[in-house]
Amino acid sequence: MSLLRSPLNLADFKAVSLPLTDDVSAELHAGDLVLLTGTLYTGRDQTHRRLCALLDEGRELPVDLAGQLLYYVGPSPARPGRVIGAAGPTTSYRMDAYTPRLLELGLKATLGKGARTQPVREAMRKHGALYLAAFGGAGALLSQCVKAVELVAFADAGPEAMFRFEVCDFPAVVINDLEGRDYYEEIARHSE
Amino acid sequence: MRTIDANMVTEAVKDMAVAAAHHLEPDILDGLLAARDRETSPLAKNVLDLLLVNADIASREMIPVCQDTGICTVFVTLGQEVRVAGDLQAAIQEGVGLGYAEGYLRKSVCDPVERVNTGTNLPAVVHVELVSGEECRIAFLPKGCGSENMSGLRMLPPSAGIPGAMDYIVETVVKAGPNPCPPLVVGVGIGGTFERAAFMAKKVLLRPVGEPSTREDVARIEAELLARINEQGRGVLGLGGCNTALAVHVDTFPTHIASLPVAVNIQCHSHRHKQVIL
Repeated sequence: MSLLRSPLNLADFKAVSLPLTDDVSAELHAGDLVLLTGTLYTGRDQTHRRLCALLDEGRELPVDLAGQLLYYVGPSPARPGRVIGAAGPTTSYRMDAYTPRLLELGLKATLGKGARTQPVREAMRKHGALYLAAFGGAGALLSQCVKAVELVAFADAGPEAMFRFEVCDFPAVVINDLEGRDYYEEIARHSE
Repeated sequence: MRTIDANMVTEAVKDMAVAAAHHLEPDILDGLLAARDRETSPLAKNVLDLLLVNADIASREMIPVCQDTGICTVFVTLGQEVRVAGDLQAAIQEGVGLGYAEGYLRKSVCDPVERVNTGTNLPAVVHVELVSGEECRIAFLPKGCGSENMSGLRMLPPSAGIPGAMDYIVETVVKAGPNPCPPLVVGVGIGGTFERAAFMAKKVLLRPVGEPSTREDVARIEAELLARINEQGRGVLGLGGCNTALAVHVDTFPTHIASLPVAVNIQCHSHRHKQVIL
């Protein structure tokens, strides 16, 4: 497992199974380090745009997002014989225009990098959803935590298609918890 | 008059595209190592280690350092005593296209109106500058847009002066927070015109990380900006500590008596750049 070669102290991380349950989510707090194992869905700008277009048209989504985690990633192509290319997070605020609608459908967590805007934070609190940050710019290392990849929808969007990932010990930091705490904000306040 | 075949340009650009995505240059690796050594936050220190491990995995396993293999800017500095046999612009574009296809790099370029991916990572942004001599120098700077999006430009009044320019630069970096994947290299262009300031802010990213400006007064501005940015404590990936930026590079150009353009081009820690002389 790649993380064993990494300098991270695994004892600092909590093992978390995906999909999340409400009980597990409630026990995770801003600043917690987690290792995610299980199934998640991916999507970035185009996937979000298209999911919301389907909702506008009153059509069914390609996948039921209730209870799921959505990872903001546009992976690089897999070399032959490999599961995936680099697969680190993209910046989350670009999804903010769409996220509240997906939270209304029961999406329980999002994973990306960077801060969320106030409407998303409020929607997360209302719907009991977490926001986590993956380690930005560590796409080669994170690719080794992705064990299987399946195309779900929007193949023509290329790297912006929607995939299902099986991940094992995928590291992340809890940024927004169910109590409304924001880890980035706490760091900024702490350093003032 | 020397002659270079356009095929040589294509090959060189293709090789740089693939190499840049997988192998970070010593300047940025040394910058990350130095940051790790001075880091005070245990979490940030761990993350810096992890980024160095990531660079190592990328290089050995041929997995891109970051999945955002970028939109490409190519700076050609063409000596007037050298002639390119063939179409220089087409040769560069072909090199980028081949590199991104054969190197399994992500195609991240789309039409700005329709948002349809070109599927080739083309076109690249190409700047050609004519100089004296018989060298053809090509610098390759693929850039992810997590950091590019956090860049900014402001046309300040001369009364704002360098203090006003510095406030704007620090504010731009601090406002970006964790979004652009710090620790950053901050490229700054002060003076010139609207487009010259932006051009300088990008091109100065090619200077080896942390090498000060040759102008002493500008080098002092760089050092002060770096200290001010790092005092803010946002840190590596916004997770705290003293390494929001690894370096601030400033370039200047004389400007109009009515004007003080300031451009800030933000570069993430995955600072990929290559150069070749043909």
